[in-house]
Amino acid sequence: MASAPAQADLRTRLQNFIPKLVLAPSVAVIFLFVYGFIIFTLYLSFTDSRILPSYNLVGFENYSKLFRLSHWTTSITNLAIFASLYIGISTLIGLALATFLDQKIRGEGLLRPIYLYPMALSFIVTGTAWKWLLDPGIGLEHTMHLWGWESFQFGWIKNSDYAIYTVVLAAVWQSSGFVMAMFLAGLRGIDNEILKAAQMDGASNFQMYRRIILPQLRPAFLSAFVILSHLAVKSYDLVIALTGGGPGRATELPATFMYSYTFTRNQMGIGASSAVIMLMTIAAIMVPYLYAELREKK
Amino acid sequence: MSVATQDTALRTGRVSRAFIYLFLLLMALFYLLPFGIMVINSLKPLSEITGGNMMSLPQVWTLDAWRSTWSTAQIGVEPTGMRPYFWNSIKMVVPAVAISTVLGALNGYVLTKWRFRGDTILFGLMLFSCFIPFQIVLIPMARVLGLTGLAGSTTGLILVHVVYGIGFSTLYFRNYYAVFPTELVRAAMMDGAGFFRIFWRILMPSSGPITVVCIIWQFTNIWNDFLFGASFADFDSQPITVALNNLVNSSTGVKEYNVHFAGAIYAALPTLLVYIVAGRYFVRGLMSGSVKG
Repeated sequence: MASAPAQADLRTRLQNFIPKLVLAPSVAVIFLFVYGFIIFTLYLSFTDSRILPSYNLVGFENYSKLFRLSHWTTSITNLAIFASLYIGISTLIGLALATFLDQKIRGEGLLRPIYLYPMALSFIVTGTAWKWLLDPGIGLEHTMHLWGWESFQFGWIKNSDYAIYTVVLAAVWQSSGFVMAMFLAGLRGIDNEILKAAQMDGASNFQMYRRIILPQLRPAFLSAFVILSHLAVKSYDLVIALTGGGPGRATELPATFMYSYTFTRNQMGIGASSAVIMLMTIAAIMVPYLYAELREKK
Repeated sequence: MSVATQDTALRTGRVSRAFIYLFLLLMALFYLLPFGIMVINSLKPLSEITGGNMMSLPQVWTLDAWRSTWSTAQIGVEPTGMRPYFWNSIKMVVPAVAISTVLGALNGYVLTKWRFRGDTILFGLMLFSCFIPFQIVLIPMARVLGLTGLAGSTTGLILVHVVYGIGFSTLYFRNYYAVFPTELVRAAMMDGAGFFRIFWRILMPSSGPITVVCIIWQFTNIWNDFLFGASFADFDSQPITVALNNLVNSSTGVKEYNVHFAGAIYAALPTLLVYIVAGRYFVRGLMSGSVKG
């Protein structure tokens, strides 16, 4: 009889151990491949690594070099232009589509998937499609000329002042449907009784939007902003496929900068420091967001 | 009095309704156009694209571009077509999706039904890993893959995709299991059911939808990946996205637009099919990755 509780005790202790054992590999992998690697890259950013990692510390030299490189300042300026337009336009289009779709539209079931399908495509596919569509030689401009609009010009993709806007165009095409889906979910979650009551009280459509609907969409705005901004900072594939960073360096972004400095120009220290800047940018947005989300849950 | 019957709709007049429909249809056209043009032009002979109008239907319908893209188009240095790369992607994506989904399910189960001190922080750390710019891990990952002999192999790519996919798969299952009644789990525990038995008998039977969501999301993400494929793969492990980029951007001489378009469609087809068949779940995956982070 005396051994029964002891056995049970062992069993419970074993039972309590199993969950942690199951979680352990994933946690180990995350700590090593995510956080360990972040620390390694951070360390490299303070070394004179060139083609191979070196462990010779040089302080902040890479960072001061980085911000003196016109290639880098072009990249971050491009990112600022790209990110603000991409986030702004995607949000506007997403909000407009969701608002209009929410008006008892016939064929909503058909329209919604059409708006959203680009999200399922690879950025390389999107880039390929838009690359030739925007190519003045065979694409839109050429078509307009054939249709008789001889003076029509649309050569943005070949123009270093405007090429970055073609990246915005393709990226908005890819993700605005997703923003629409987020806003639509938000709109459908709003209590109809409140809207009806406001209507009874004689509120105009504009007032209802301004006072009731938009404020209730705040979480959707926040999520859209967070998701789009992290996608913007990470943008790499689309630029590679659409413009290859060109013409010249006109569409270089931090992600393409990091890749070319690390792997083709053999300036690993500078490449690492640019990656650290990218991480810090994203962390500044994601950490507060995730912290708030996880705290609410408790 | 139409207002009373339309419960969500605002009061809209005939003119504004016409405007709304017009806007929605024009936007649909905007989303359909690029892909439609790809399909149409992949079915034309090259001369009709270079000498004709991209927006017009083919005068001669032909599958030649599709055939040569699949088996003979020049990609990199070899005239292999997209076929081997398509299979490379399949060989990479199937194990990576399976492993990350299973791990995500187990993690989600532990994090919600076997809670312990600090589990939320651990989950937060896992979740943040979904959003890091992968540039921050490229250099050490290249070193590790090189040292372990996995550089340039499909196994190496599978490892990379599992590692950076766990965060999302754990997120899905954790959020799903969080609302699963804990009483059922408690009752089973009282009856002496163990960790795996509870998972297998009680949670698994109702995990169908979230498993589909997770598989679709991981499949789409991993199939569409370019950065890891371009950084860590060799000729015999390069995924289709890398092949497509090589096909389009490093072709010398005559640009075979019809071949490029057909190649892009091959690369898009699997994820697009998944989207058409299970779009509902795809949307759910996108949403639970954001709204209910």
